[in-house]
Amino acid sequence: MTASLQRGINALKEVIDAPVASFFSSCVHCGLCADACLFYTETGDPKYTPIHKLEPLKRVYKQEFTLLGRLAKMAGLAKPVTDDELESWSELVYDSCTLCGRCSMVCPVGNDLTYMIRKLREGMAVSGHAPAGIVSATRRTVELGGPMGLKWPAVQNVIKHVEADSGHKVPVDQAGAEYMVLLSSMEIVNYPEYIGALAKIFNKAGITWTLSSEAFEATNAGIQIGNSDLAREIVSRIVNAAEKLGVKKVLSPECGHAYMAIRWEGPNLMGRPFKFEVVHVLELLDELRGKGVLKMKDKLKTPVTLHDPCQIVRRGGVLNAPEALLKEVVVEFRPMSDRGKMNWCCGGGGGASAIHEPAAEELRFTAFKRKKAQIEETGVNTMVTFCANCRITLEESIDHYEMNTQLLGLTELLAEHLED
Amino acid sequence: MNEIEFLTWVRGTGLNIALGLFVLGMLWRLVEIYTLGRKKDLAPTRKVAGASGWHTIARRSMPPHSMLKRSPVSYFGGYIFHLGLFITVFFFAPHIKLVESLLGISWPGLPSQVIDAVTVVTLATMLLVLFDRINNPVKRFLSTFGDYLAWALTFLPLLTGFLAVKHLLLPYTTMLALHILSVELLLIALPFTKLIHVVTLFASRWYNGDISGKRGVPV
Repeated sequence: MTASLQRGINALKEVIDAPVASFFSSCVHCGLCADACLFYTETGDPKYTPIHKLEPLKRVYKQEFTLLGRLAKMAGLAKPVTDDELESWSELVYDSCTLCGRCSMVCPVGNDLTYMIRKLREGMAVSGHAPAGIVSATRRTVELGGPMGLKWPAVQNVIKHVEADSGHKVPVDQAGAEYMVLLSSMEIVNYPEYIGALAKIFNKAGITWTLSSEAFEATNAGIQIGNSDLAREIVSRIVNAAEKLGVKKVLSPECGHAYMAIRWEGPNLMGRPFKFEVVHVLELLDELRGKGVLKMKDKLKTPVTLHDPCQIVRRGGVLNAPEALLKEVVVEFRPMSDRGKMNWCCGGGGGASAIHEPAAEELRFTAFKRKKAQIEETGVNTMVTFCANCRITLEESIDHYEMNTQLLGLTELLAEHLED
Repeated sequence: MNEIEFLTWVRGTGLNIALGLFVLGMLWRLVEIYTLGRKKDLAPTRKVAGASGWHTIARRSMPPHSMLKRSPVSYFGGYIFHLGLFITVFFFAPHIKLVESLLGISWPGLPSQVIDAVTVVTLATMLLVLFDRINNPVKRFLSTFGDYLAWALTFLPLLTGFLAVKHLLLPYTTMLALHILSVELLLIALPFTKLIHVVTLFASRWYNGDISGKRGVPV
């Protein structure tokens, strides 16, 4: 056994807990999780059945933690987990799983399969079987500060442009502000209007806020690759910066996995509760809407539908704010048939969009057919969403299929129609 | 061993062995699973009504939105044979008498014609779900020896019980002995096969509901 494989198996042994043991013991091989997974429904290939993706973790569980499994292993009857197997499993654990969590919603015996995939990735990452695209995104985040290799001077440049375009000041390193605002590189590079939108809303509401030059990046590729040590290092920058500035709250950007990383995994990675509260930008906006601060001067006339990002809604718990906010700013909202916590993934979450091998990209386009059908059912040409990663994945797929669908970010849409 | 001796053995020694192995096996497995424990979640909880492990234990018995349409055989087949097993095991008068003789508690049974009808429907449904396991690409792909074993161990008590009551195929005494033996095999295998889901599914649902419930998502 290679040293890296041994490390991988050790990592898997470490993450196996009572829920994992209970889940594997309860599985009756009914296959319903396949029907909840867009990688199965759109390809029809049984290998994409979520529980099958967990096979290496299941075997380590059985061989190391059950009486019969240990006996079988001693008698030489157990099939060991090998490097070759993990290498071939990379496609199942990363390319074809976005950690969207839909399978965990339907399993009749109650298995949280996504919880287990996240754990399996710990073993995949340390044994060297994570896809190159996510490995390099993680390395860039650790070494340079963000998955796209964006450094602070470049961000400063974007801020200058945003200030000029929006006419609002973007405060930096202001100690004692109420909110420290996090961004995702994707937003800074592709959707800088988001920053202007926030500035406008904060000023309007009279809330103090700041960016931190030491921690502006919210996304955490360490979690997507499944390496808790790296994930902790990335999260700790934010925690240190926020506690140094003494802010009351940290604002997670729209980006779904960023929210998951800082809000739900963050304290567990750090091993302690934070001294500040983590708030998703839509939670803040919904609170302002409730207070009557968020008044619109007009509404978008075209009918729209809404794509709910998995990590914010289903896995993140921001359930009601999105639709409530959207209804403030549009004349006609036509929801998709599976919506909210049962919505279908864009196909690019969980780090999948960082994998640039042709086979993985092709698979993403195939999986997108589910979303395409959902969009077409609503009969509208405008789709609103609130996650930069969903947005880039959706845009690539919409281009690929030459669809006539326009995408809008919810926060920007609100800012655009906000009373001056 | 003649048929009387066979029946006496399965009712005495056989039953004791089976019950002993079942209880020990079950205790072993439950300790093996649940003493693994889990780390405390340090993220501040978002409290939402209806989002908890307890809610999920109940809620997960219903098909989630749009799933019934996608997998009608799994849902209807699953409901019918589980309910059928429950009715035949707990509402067949001789079973209730057995429980009464052992534990001293009793409840009203169902008329034998009803039990007959339920048994036939359950047997037919179990054959259908077996066919589906072989025929459905996902189920066939996932299936192992353990799945077919668990199916057979569940099917045989129902079949032999029905044949014994109806005096079919073999003399009543022999068939009754086979029926009891098949139940004993089921009991011995239960802790070590997927059949253990009859117990662990409650904990699994609870964990799932708790994990999402802390984030404010009723699942």
